[in-house]
Amino acid sequence: MKKEKKMTLTLPAEELMACGHLACQGCGATLAMRYMLKALGQKTALCIPACCWAVIDGPYPYSSLDVPIYHCAFETAASTATGVKAGLEMTGDSETTVVAWAGDGGTFDIGLQALSGAAERNEDIIYVCYDNEAYMNTGIQRSSATPYGAWTTTTPVKHFKTRPKKDIVAIMAAHRIPYIATASISHPEDFVKKMRKAKDIKGTRFFHVYAPCPTGWKSRPEDTVKLARMAVQNAYFPLCEIEDGDKVTLNLKLKDKKPVNDYIRIQGRFRHLTEAQVASIQAEVDARWERLLKNCAV
Amino acid sequence: MREKKAKKIVFNSAEEMPTMIASVGSQTHNLTGAWRNIRPEIDLAKCLKCGICWKFCPEPSIDIVDEWPVVDYDYCKGCGICAEECPAKCIVMVEERK
Amino acid sequence: MKKVMMGNHALSYGAMLSRSQVIAAYPITPQTQVVELLSEMCADGTLDARFIKVESEHSAMAACIGASVAGARAFTATSSQGLALMHEMLHWAAGGRHPIVMGNINRSMAPGWSIWTDQNDSLSERDTGWMQYYCASNQEVLDTVIQAFKVSERLMIPGMVILDAFALSHTYEVVDVPDQAAVDKYLPPFKPAIRLTPSDPRAFGGLTGAEHYMELRYKLQKDMEKAPALIEETGREFEKIFGRNLGLVDAYRCDDADFVFVTSGTAGFTARVVVDEFRKSGLKAGNLRIKVFRPFPFAKVREVLKKVKKAAVVDRNCSYGAHGIFYQEVKSALYGEAGMPPVFGYIAGLGGRDITTDSFKEVAAHALAKDKADEEIVWIGVKK
Ligand code: SF4
Ligand code: SF4
Repeated sequence: MKKEKKMTLTLPAEELMACGHLACQGCGATLAMRYMLKALGQKTALCIPACCWAVIDGPYPYSSLDVPIYHCAFETAASTATGVKAGLEMTGDSETTVVAWAGDGGTFDIGLQALSGAAERNEDIIYVCYDNEAYMNTGIQRSSATPYGAWTTTTPVKHFKTRPKKDIVAIMAAHRIPYIATASISHPEDFVKKMRKAKDIKGTRFFHVYAPCPTGWKSRPEDTVKLARMAVQNAYFPLCEIEDGDKVTLNLKLKDKKPVNDYIRIQGRFRHLTEAQVASIQAEVDARWERLLKNCAV
Repeated sequence: MREKKAKKIVFNSAEEMPTMIASVGSQTHNLTGAWRNIRPEIDLAKCLKCGICWKFCPEPSIDIVDEWPVVDYDYCKGCGICAEECPAKCIVMVEERK
Repeated sequence: MKKVMMGNHALSYGAMLSRSQVIAAYPITPQTQVVELLSEMCADGTLDARFIKVESEHSAMAACIGASVAGARAFTATSSQGLALMHEMLHWAAGGRHPIVMGNINRSMAPGWSIWTDQNDSLSERDTGWMQYYCASNQEVLDTVIQAFKVSERLMIPGMVILDAFALSHTYEVVDVPDQAAVDKYLPPFKPAIRLTPSDPRAFGGLTGAEHYMELRYKLQKDMEKAPALIEETGREFEKIFGRNLGLVDAYRCDDADFVFVTSGTAGFTARVVVDEFRKSGLKAGNLRIKVFRPFPFAKVREVLKKVKKAAVVDRNCSYGAHGIFYQEVKSALYGEAGMPPVFGYIAGLGGRDITTDSFKEVAAHALAKDKADEEIVWIGVKK
């Protein structure tokens, strides 16, 4: 390789997340933060409730980010962000993008009321849920984002989770907010592009970001990006946008939709599943995918 | 990006602490390279300069120096994502020399 | 300008004259008129503020915290169950040092559902680190909101302005509404030293280890300890401009009194009537109405009561398994000092039951008949 050749950078070079943070090796949530900040830039303020990121950022009196953070109560990401936005505006700063940055527990479960309230009022905030499909920060307990079949410390193998994952995107779409997007850490260019688009929209914008967790999924840290990519390619976690509650756009068409089996089998949390159980997951993924395609067609 | 290897903060009295619980230092004081058991080594002779390792490092501890990817071993946690994702397979994870 | 208004509207006027910039509130009886008037004021431009109509009190306080840390003056109002729902965020506001001011209408806690007054709602929040002011008139409510912002912002500690449900919240009184320009002179804009902004990116309230947590709470207590003097100072300053003093306590005919009622809220005004009657019949009575409960004015209470022969604390609250809560505080204020009077404790007026002049006469009859205050708590007007 010639020395003169430039490095190819498909993402903005600016780093607003510094190293030295406390994330586990191969943490997907950390990549999600890095990409979001690349998209939004420095004029951003975050509200982070209890979640892995409450720890990742580093303890008092330090921070890993070059944007301000308010560490807020577990169920208050959306309501605190609402207040921050109002407070900034009333003190003459209407430029800063205010982001509520929460995990799946803080979004699907305990923070859902505040999120629903903010969305119904169409508060001018971006709400990002980085989804690692369980309460990872407290030591891998099931949340309503935990998928069917998964082991967690509160859904042991003998009683693994038998209810499906809550459809948070459908819930948010029902609020008819201007913008909803799903994103995956395996597709940072797509994530950054949509985040930039969202930045220029007024009102409540919601991101559901797929963020594998090697610690909680019992997967190898080096497989984090691979797992996220597989989930996109097998339609377990399709990439799409929903505008105004009903205009659905598929960001990545799948010509060759992969089976979920390979994805399931490299995660320790699904190790106990029988072939029949994996087949039922496949059937559910297929059904969801068909529904999504139908919605896009309109 | 912030200056690396920031100073550790020591408060000698309550008086020195701001009234609000607000950070005053950077987490880069924390050299996470000590967490590592295996280390990535890049064979630059085979490198395509595609930037993929830089893109997917969660720390981020791959810097671009003179248009080449360079691992910052002060912070690299040895997750292995860069080696896994490198299309040229020019990053190998080797046992950490203790 | 004099205006006839209900206590709830006195809160709204206080928030308006203080130029609150962000108001986040959720309706609850008997607080609703506070926020109704404020939302009208925001809508018609009388008040330049963002009114966030949140979906719960918990979110109301969370939004106020967000607004405050961003550098805006934030106000809310609630009552009873709403205050209890906020509990977690009250710790957050005080621990995070966010000088929010809140109105709380004292209403009894359910069950059974009650919309009538007693103080167990606000007193259950006594250890959250909020300042608490118990008001006895609509004028005092309005004035105290303005003063509370000044004190809170100076110390970076939130303040709760408290009034009795219905007895004050829905009672119309003549209120002298101060002039905006004069209020602006008294209360300068909120300019915190540190705030949440991208131009000074900091993380607020991050994970705090044992190495730092205690110092942060020590600072809160140390600043709280500065509050009594600051409340008196800002009260005198208020008097200079507006002619009304706002102190820690309201000691009525206590100077030469032998027997003193210790009260709070509107019951304090009822007690005055009884004091006057007693005085006519030759009993040197007085009434010490405690206005500021947190920080507790220990020195002031000692100063007033040390000259007295007997004190009777009438609590519109109960710490079950212990005593009336003001009673406990008064006793601890006097403990260990030589020459302090015996203190008798009474519980009255829970769940909105009236505390009448007869209630105070019953209290006095009981206290005056005894030589020694034992640990007995006497319930006034209860059918045993
Ligand atoms: S091993 Fe992991 S932490 Fe180290 S440089 Fe590679 S991707 Fe970054
Ligand atoms: S991923 Fe591999 S080929 Fe691409 S820049 Fe990094 S080392 Fe070079």
